[in-house]
Amino acid sequence: MPAKVIVLTSGKGGVGKTTSAAAVAAGLALRGNRTVVIDFDVGLRNLDLIMGCERRVVFDFINVINGDAKLNQALIKDRRNDNLFIFPTSQTRDKDALKRDGVERVLDEMRENFDYIICDSPAGIEHGAITALYFADVAIIVTNPEVSSVRDSDRIIGILASKSRRAENNMDPVEVHLLLTRYSPERVDKGEMLAIADVKEILSIPLLGVIPESESVLRASNTGTPVVFDDGSPAGQAYLDAVARLLGEEREMRFLKPERRSFFRSLFGRA
Amino acid sequence: MGLLDFLFPERRNTAAVARDRLKIVLAHERASREAPDFLPALQKDLLDVVERYVEIRGDMLHVNVGHSGDTSMLEINVELDGATIKPIKNGAAAARRAPVPIAVPKPDPGSHPPWVKPG
Repeated sequence: MPAKVIVLTSGKGGVGKTTSAAAVAAGLALRGNRTVVIDFDVGLRNLDLIMGCERRVVFDFINVINGDAKLNQALIKDRRNDNLFIFPTSQTRDKDALKRDGVERVLDEMRENFDYIICDSPAGIEHGAITALYFADVAIIVTNPEVSSVRDSDRIIGILASKSRRAENNMDPVEVHLLLTRYSPERVDKGEMLAIADVKEILSIPLLGVIPESESVLRASNTGTPVVFDDGSPAGQAYLDAVARLLGEEREMRFLKPERRSFFRSLFGRA
Repeated sequence: MGLLDFLFPERRNTAAVARDRLKIVLAHERASREAPDFLPALQKDLLDVVERYVEIRGDMLHVNVGHSGDTSMLEINVELDGATIKPIKNGAAAARRAPVPIAVPKPDPGSHPPWVKPG
């Protein structure tokens, strides 16, 4: 079966696209799927840092598009999981180097060898972001419970429905999922943060997962480890649940209630 | 609740404010996103035509596409409140002349239509 192309997109920057792309890709690989995660953020490469392979980058996405390197020279195999590959992008070129026909050729080559192709989109709605979402079969809309993020997500959902390859060719529409990140049940209880139901109602797309605001996310990026490898952390577990739902399993949403920190935990301050 | 609001006035439910603001702004943005591309051009053309006959500002002419069920309706609204009619000559040529106020015909008691009996 040829690979499914999944884009993580948001419109707004800083909501957790790269963190989520790394976590979802690693989660799919942990479940036994051959998975590649591609950085579409040409010029602002960061996926390599989040995946912890920044010192192993030799060739990149743009080199392969331009025919200067072969795909298997540019793909970096993850050291923690044999099913997981990282496809870094160029740090020196600009977004115009992402030619649509070149991207299509590279994706087609990968489709035969992988189960899932995860595209980490840049922020914005310019060429880079449009190219990242263009070939998607599935879109995960990464959203923070905050007004500007929700508004930008709505805009991106509109773009997926009109400018993607599936929309332009009158195919079945892109399957769209909501991934709510940096959710703080404590602040929702105080009436300071949009609740899950509010965001779901406003965007009216199905909910794939809710990732609680968690110290483990920063710890994971500090060390270049996708947060699902820290499977004791709430965020890691929430991402693994989201991956299970993506694979069609039923999982109850967790970490939606304010956490009761035990006396012991508050002493040592670990979440 | 009232006492709490009085004691902590800034502690209101800001999430509800966020939700309501989002609903309103997204309703507007979705409507304009779904509108056909030709609407701004159509609005400009209509304005040019109407301007030949009536003094009108850009914001007095509205073009919208409404949907109900499976029918779409092109809706054109022109406000004429306080507008002045220009002298009718050959279209655009008249537009350059000074407009005259709308002439309201005064009733002339001596000329009734044949079917109205003079009172």
